[in-house]
Amino acid sequence: MTARVGGSPNRVGGIGRVTGAQEYVADIHLADELHAKLVTIPCARARITGIDAAEALRLPGVHSVVSAADLPSPMPRFGPQFRDRPVLAVDETKYHGDPVAVVVADTRDAAEAAAGLVRVAYEELPAVTTLAAALDPAAPLVQDPSIRPDDAFAHTNVVREHRVGWGDVNAVPADLVVDHVYTFPMVTHFAIEPHAYIAAPDGDGIAVWSTIQHPNWLQKVLAGVTGLPLAKVRVYAPDPGGGFGGKQHAKYEPLVALLALRTGRPVRLVLTLEETFQAVRRAASEVRVRTGFRSDGTICFQDITADYLIGAYVDIADRVVSKGSYLAAGPYRMPAARIVARPVLSHTVPSTAFRGFGNPQVNWAAESNLDEGARLLGIDRLDIRLRNLARKGESFIPWDTPADGDWQQTVRRTAELIGWDTPTAPGHGRGIAIGIKSGPTTGLSYSTVRLLADGSVVVYAGTSDMGQGARTVLAQIAGDELGAPLEWVTVVMGDTAVVPYDQQTSASRSTVLMGNAVLAACREIQGKLRAMAARVHGVDEAAIRVDRGVVHMPDREIAIRDVLGPGFGRLGGELVGNGEMRKEAEPDHPLGGSAAFFEFNCTATEAEVDEDTGDVTLVRYVTVSDVGKAINPLQVRMQDEGAAIQGLGHTLMEHYIFDDAGRIRNLGAIDYRIPTSMDLPLEMISEIVENADGPGPYGAKGMSEGALLCVSAAVAAAVRDATGIVIRDLPLTPERVWRALRERDRARDREAVAAEAVRHEAEAVKHEEPVS
Amino acid sequence: MSDLVSIDLTVNGRPRSLEVAAHHTLLDALRDDLGLTGTKECCLVGECGACTVSIDGRIVDSCLVLAVEADGCAVTTVEGLAAEGRLSRLQQAFLDYGAAQCGFCIPGQLMAAQDLLDRTPHPSVPEVQEGLAGNLCRCAGYEQISEAVLAAAEGTVR
Repeated sequence: MTARVGGSPNRVGGIGRVTGAQEYVADIHLADELHAKLVTIPCARARITGIDAAEALRLPGVHSVVSAADLPSPMPRFGPQFRDRPVLAVDETKYHGDPVAVVVADTRDAAEAAAGLVRVAYEELPAVTTLAAALDPAAPLVQDPSIRPDDAFAHTNVVREHRVGWGDVNAVPADLVVDHVYTFPMVTHFAIEPHAYIAAPDGDGIAVWSTIQHPNWLQKVLAGVTGLPLAKVRVYAPDPGGGFGGKQHAKYEPLVALLALRTGRPVRLVLTLEETFQAVRRAASEVRVRTGFRSDGTICFQDITADYLIGAYVDIADRVVSKGSYLAAGPYRMPAARIVARPVLSHTVPSTAFRGFGNPQVNWAAESNLDEGARLLGIDRLDIRLRNLARKGESFIPWDTPADGDWQQTVRRTAELIGWDTPTAPGHGRGIAIGIKSGPTTGLSYSTVRLLADGSVVVYAGTSDMGQGARTVLAQIAGDELGAPLEWVTVVMGDTAVVPYDQQTSASRSTVLMGNAVLAACREIQGKLRAMAARVHGVDEAAIRVDRGVVHMPDREIAIRDVLGPGFGRLGGELVGNGEMRKEAEPDHPLGGSAAFFEFNCTATEAEVDEDTGDVTLVRYVTVSDVGKAINPLQVRMQDEGAAIQGLGHTLMEHYIFDDAGRIRNLGAIDYRIPTSMDLPLEMISEIVENADGPGPYGAKGMSEGALLCVSAAVAAAVRDATGIVIRDLPLTPERVWRALRERDRARDREAVAAEAVRHEAEAVKHEEPVS
Repeated sequence: MSDLVSIDLTVNGRPRSLEVAAHHTLLDALRDDLGLTGTKECCLVGECGACTVSIDGRIVDSCLVLAVEADGCAVTTVEGLAAEGRLSRLQQAFLDYGAAQCGFCIPGQLMAAQDLLDRTPHPSVPEVQEGLAGNLCRCAGYEQISEAVLAAAEGTVR
């Protein structure tokens, strides 16, 4: 199959995925392995007063029951931003599912049975599980202030206050100010592959298999917890079965690693889906948006305060909040903006990165607010967006990367595809919204590429292919540059002992950062090929050009592999290239660096609402993303449509439900619904805009989060357009929509009664008027 | 810790004799005893469909079937779809139409789709969506999965 960039060859690794041969972490078994099972208690916050493992230890096959007392003291803590997360809970649990002990046994059965026999004595303590409760001055502190001693807010449940802005929102006069609060629910990633971990002693080091997205980051965390040098910590990261951000950072790897070192045997921990719900989620939020408009629809200012309910440990959530809220004012020309965002700790599952990284929450609020302004001003909702949208090259955040695409083109195409200018069918309504997200602000990817003697290629790339198709994209780049068909390219990933450093697989960066690193490695090889061809053919090197798989000699073209044979001679050999892409930090930038690119998406939908049940049907759904250049258009489409449907989850159905003790009441697949094949828009159209204006190979930009960003605002706007109801809280469950419809009906009835009364009064007045 | 029961079954055409714990599911037996790890474990409550296999021509969630219940049965798993190393038409369609992203749900999707095609050789789009409603895909590749099933049905696989 041709590897040409811009084509859509079958997925590299696809055959394993359709035959069942693809090996995920839970499919791997090591000889003499032990099985671990977490011990938890059924409440959010409790003081642990005793752990009695006697009965559990009597069970045949049980090796040990480990709690905080058995682990190093002080308890090792870790976390990508703060070292606040203990390997196991010390003295106090912080959320429902926070493990207090772990059973290790010869079989999974024994481990599970024994976990149920560990007697944990505890005293339940008051828990805060909502923003209001956590922000109450009398609220219990979720974290001990000593964990963040230098932080101004250490004595509150607020981690930090992130402020960004320009202009003076109080100084810009507005004809209309629209001021509302919008809430976003707590939702979970629900990768179909539950998280899984295996650790094994490996000579004088340790080997760890994990469903991790960032193997190199995990390696660093494990080195910190175990005291081993990086070179003695080998992380294997088989392709994750879905990540979506939930598998970026270490969760139970440090625990499993310490258990393996302690027992001297391999230890495996495969979470259940319920345990995964208790390991990762997206931050809920409450966002207040005040937008000032001139009467012609020009935006004067936006004043946004966003509180995100994060969990008991910060994980990467503080960054989610700072980076997510940073673009809250959207891709618009904005004379003044003030954005204040706070991550608020609570006794809930630690929230982490999740596709969109804090942007969907603010986007839902700001785009909905913009819609409300347009309606009050009597301006078309498409027009108000086009009027204010930043033009290409324009700085819409004064100090940051200017608009890096023809965004008008994307929005106009979306409107055209939904038929914005055509009449809507009776009972139907339309909504349109724009999503924007900053790509990586810093980053580093290395790649090594080997061109073997027969012209086949091995690419080493530390990116994780969790379904987004990075392996295929990188193989296409290398195959195209070095003239190898796709079947002749192998991409090696997921082994820190073999593959060079890559900072992370996140922020839709890999096509750009790792793609450029692979491209640079290929270009280095092309340079060596020129020298080789010059030597073999006795031609001046300067007269030779190597381009997209072909060696251009002064008088003819030669295939790369035909240069290699005579070039290597009897001893054989290979050409090795190294490439790197680095996006340096900018210390004075509020986010530590400007955006490498923006993900820009426009979404429009047409909805029909069942007036009797509140059920929302999306009759037509359009998503258009500016991707710069699609290396693989089919994969781009898969990512965009998948992101859109995933976004329909938090828009229409998904949310955690808590009881008063902070227990999650809808753990697992029965009570927590995600979109199925029966929940799709009746018609789904996805298109891309390609102007080759991105910083990646061939003008590519990152993509795959963009199409999720503004799903909620587009859908809610369509529901409003169809029914007249305004809902500012997600998800738009049938019950919530039904209640709003009934409230609308009651309001109409009240208005009718009032109008009737006015009419009667007028009649009465008329009758009383003296006949002159 | 529990009594073992002997069972005889055919898995992907091959007779197998096993000693299984009475409480172990067919999913456990396939993955842990037979090493057939293509069948995936996710929700364990019959909601996600990742563990879908066929027993005597009927698809089931293998997490809801005890291994002993499969005694004497013919079980087909995803590993049994390709004959002699050649992908089935459905598998080829999944590959060609980009139905597999992370791939974790795909074994279950394939088993459910094959069952649908066995019963309804030329399904409509709604029939495909209803037929696969019990198989969750969080990558949400539903559009591509649907296209692949239709292509396999209509013989338009590349």
